[in-house]
Amino acid sequence: MTLTLKVWRQSNAHATGRFVEYQANDVIPDMSFLEMLDVVNEDLTDRGEDPIAFDSDCREGICGMCSLMINGVAHGGQRGTATCQLHMRHFKDGDTIAIEPWRARAFPVIKDLVVDRIAFDRIIEAGGFVSVSTGGTPDGNAIPIPKDDQELAMDAASCIGCGACVAACKNASAMLFVSAKISHLGLLPQGKVEKNRRVLSMVKSMDEAGFGGCTVTGSCEAVCPKEISLDFIAQMNRDYLKALLERE
Amino acid sequence: MNLDAKIPSGPLERKWDRHRLEMKLVNPANKRKFDVIVVGSGLAGASAAASLAELGYNVKCFCFQDSPRRAHSIAAQGGINAAKNYQNDGDSAYRLFYDTIKGGDFRAREANVYRLAQLSVNIIDQCVAQGVPFAREYGGLLANRSFGGAQVSRTFYARGQTGQQLLLGAYQALCRQIGLGKVQMFARTEMLDVVLVEGQAKGIVVRDLVTGQISSHAGDAVVLATGGYSNVFYLSTNARGCNVTAIYRAHKKGAAFANPCYTQIHPTCIPVSGEHQSKLTLMSESLRNDGRVWVQKQKGDTRPPQQIPEPERDYYLERKYPSYGNLAPRDIASRAAKEVCDEGRGVGRGGLGVYLDFSDAISRLGVATIKERYGNLFDMYQTITGENAYQTPMRIYPALHYTMGGLWVDYNLMSNLPGLFVLGEANFSDHGANRLGASALMQGLADGYFILPYTIGHYFASSKPLKPSVSHPEFRKAEEEVKARTQRMLSIRGKRTVSSFHRELGKLMWDKCGMARNEAGLKEALQRIPALREEYWENVNVTGENQELNQALEQAGRVADYMEFAELMCYDALMRRESCGGHFRTEFQTEDGEALRDDAHCSFVAAWEYHGVDKRPTLHKEPLAYEEVKMTQRSYK
Ligand SMILES: Cc1cc2nc3c(=O)[nH]c(=O)nc-3n(C[C@H](O)[C@H](O)[C@H](O)COP(=O)(O)OP(=O)(O)OC[C@H]3O[C@@H](n4cnc5c(N)ncnc54)[C@H](O)[C@@H]3O)c2cc1C
Ligand code: SF4
Ligand code: FES
Repeated sequence: MTLTLKVWRQSNAHATGRFVEYQANDVIPDMSFLEMLDVVNEDLTDRGEDPIAFDSDCREGICGMCSLMINGVAHGGQRGTATCQLHMRHFKDGDTIAIEPWRARAFPVIKDLVVDRIAFDRIIEAGGFVSVSTGGTPDGNAIPIPKDDQELAMDAASCIGCGACVAACKNASAMLFVSAKISHLGLLPQGKVEKNRRVLSMVKSMDEAGFGGCTVTGSCEAVCPKEISLDFIAQMNRDYLKALLERE
Repeated sequence: MNLDAKIPSGPLERKWDRHRLEMKLVNPANKRKFDVIVVGSGLAGASAAASLAELGYNVKCFCFQDSPRRAHSIAAQGGINAAKNYQNDGDSAYRLFYDTIKGGDFRAREANVYRLAQLSVNIIDQCVAQGVPFAREYGGLLANRSFGGAQVSRTFYARGQTGQQLLLGAYQALCRQIGLGKVQMFARTEMLDVVLVEGQAKGIVVRDLVTGQISSHAGDAVVLATGGYSNVFYLSTNARGCNVTAIYRAHKKGAAFANPCYTQIHPTCIPVSGEHQSKLTLMSESLRNDGRVWVQKQKGDTRPPQQIPEPERDYYLERKYPSYGNLAPRDIASRAAKEVCDEGRGVGRGGLGVYLDFSDAISRLGVATIKERYGNLFDMYQTITGENAYQTPMRIYPALHYTMGGLWVDYNLMSNLPGLFVLGEANFSDHGANRLGASALMQGLADGYFILPYTIGHYFASSKPLKPSVSHPEFRKAEEEVKARTQRMLSIRGKRTVSSFHRELGKLMWDKCGMARNEAGLKEALQRIPALREEYWENVNVTGENQELNQALEQAGRVADYMEFAELMCYDALMRRESCGGHFRTEFQTEDGEALRDDAHCSFVAAWEYHGVDKRPTLHKEPLAYEEVKMTQRSYK
């Protein structure tokens, strides 16, 4: 099939960007979206033009490096699928596809479709951990953990830190990402110890980074490649209030 | 070249304890006087960086992705081994040690492997304390499953995302130290050289992948935890960015490269669908528990699988290996698949695939059971291929998966260059000629959490390392070299893309130095690689400039190193006149096609010394002495 791509090109963080149109020829249904872009890039290179910059690494939906707004939808709109796992069989000959970077104040564009997501790391640095150092930990079976708690913690821990939730949100809120980490750790006895401190410092860091507030419209959940549940946001709000009260 | 492995004396089970006692310590107040450079933030790098910072060292950590959490360890699915014996099924450190040595086809060091088995139990405790949500039983205790090559159930797992969860544990520990100011993190930064001052590793040269700036960092020691080099084959299960650059450049500076030809192939990957293919996706081997592998008997039979009647199918694994059948070990299953495809009996587009058929299992157990066991894998298969494996057999094909070879290290994980430590998949130490499932995660974390923090202190306390800064002329020199090389790549503006060269090299390596190798093929590769490399430096087209985010340039640097490194792999494969583990030489096999080791002549670690591009490397041998275990020939008949 042949597709028309409208791709956001921006040479660096300070430049103004614009959409540029490209033809993608000989696209086959078995290609992934990123492989389709690879082929376009090979063509551009052969013509001496600058290839389109986009992030990816694992290409199997787990590292969280790939991004892309595809026709206005983060990761392209296949439920539970990151861009690298989106395949061209979901498109048809003659389609026009708009491709843009994540857009959020806290995720400035670096080049073309590549954005800076360091704000996510900063939030984890602020408290997204259990304060244990290496060595001297008790036996793994010393504290039994109810299977349901562990399973729910695992649901939350599956977040790949891609930032689609932020990109999809009209306020560019990072609540789904932050709440996933808070719930993952807060559900486990090892993480409960620092629960209050964690939620306060992570929320503070989130606000400082310029992420917006949450209005629980759920657009984040809809695009999340790991289908992280909105319930975690509600849980985080409760944890936050409790921590504030207990601090008083 | 000094290849003293520094294995402590005494009985196997006491070596590490004894060594820990004998190692010198750095006084807590003095630790902050030492700067350590850690390249890599995967399981090995992140665990090392965090642990060293906790002890008080100043750490700088580097990765090429946009965040340390994205290192390729994140993709490991199956699990991590530990000799906890929680199942009361007779496991012990000794058994894990023995399984790993045997799995490695008796080409690993006894002392290292025993230590790994001992430390495995601490890893689980550490990870649980960090909040890693390992699978549990209803009683709240940790669950285990069994994995290839073992008769006990010792694998810990977090759904199919064990690597992700372990890495997030290490990443969070690392983030805590970044927040405390003890680790300075440099993401989107690629290491392009090691700097030696008077023969000691004292720093690195890096390129900032956003601005293109080339700069130096000095440290009292340099730790490389940069992962494996499967991408020399272009297509592998590794992430796109995985490279040999970091360790290869260290090799060019004098670090011995050990066993480069030991590579592992995984039998159950989704086959290539076309020229555009950018990577291969692994499907858990557990599928082989219920799937039956077959191809048609008749060459050129293009009927859809359902229309091929039973008598015209060849269930070749069941036929050749009646007792293990579809569960034959990775390398045997992989080679058998290649054989039938080479005979022209492969299935799917391009004929590079075999069926993995669940129809018998579905009629025996019902769709519901199969869905429960493998639902997520069937979904993944459908996402990628668009096919429904409940109705039509899956197609699978082997792919490159792991590299056992790496920089040579001694028992302290230090290379032959003083001050240069190598951890995780980047070193060669523990898996011999073949790695058992669920043991790479274990090794990376043992190296980073529990070995390096001790041995690096001993290095600092016992050897009075030099204290140079980046103003030392060696740094200037290395920077200039990196800049010149970068400029050279950008100035060629030839006719072929970097990927087209990478694909060609990968294909050549797969054909001649892949899962079956022979003298003629390797010699041919040794002729063709230098020619391809020459063309590369004349005809590659790297667009753009240095002073910007330039992904073509990043890739070009990595492929340039693969172009040299591939030759080293072929030299090693040619030299090793035996078949062992992942290294299969067609000349050396038993009558029924099994790998034939030559313990009398080949029981050594091959450590190669670099002399220059287009120059033959020198082979050094570290003999492998087996004091504890008896070498046996494996049989899966
Ligand atoms: C699909 C898949 C599934 C697997 N499943 C399992 C499993 O179930 N169990 C198991 O035990 N093992 C498994 N393995 C193997 C295991 O995941 C790896 O061997 C292990 O995670 C490697 O960890 P590492 O820390 O050594 O390297 P990596 O995790 O690869 O980390 C390398 C780090 O080095 C950095 N780096 C590399 N080069 C440079 C450079 N030049 N400059 C700067 N930084 C650099 C990268 O940014 C990264 O941070 C699997 C592997 C794959 C591919
Ligand atoms: S919550 Fe979902 S969308 Fe947001 S970062 Fe995590 S995986 Fe991505
Ligand atoms: S590239 Fe890793 S999640 Fe898409």
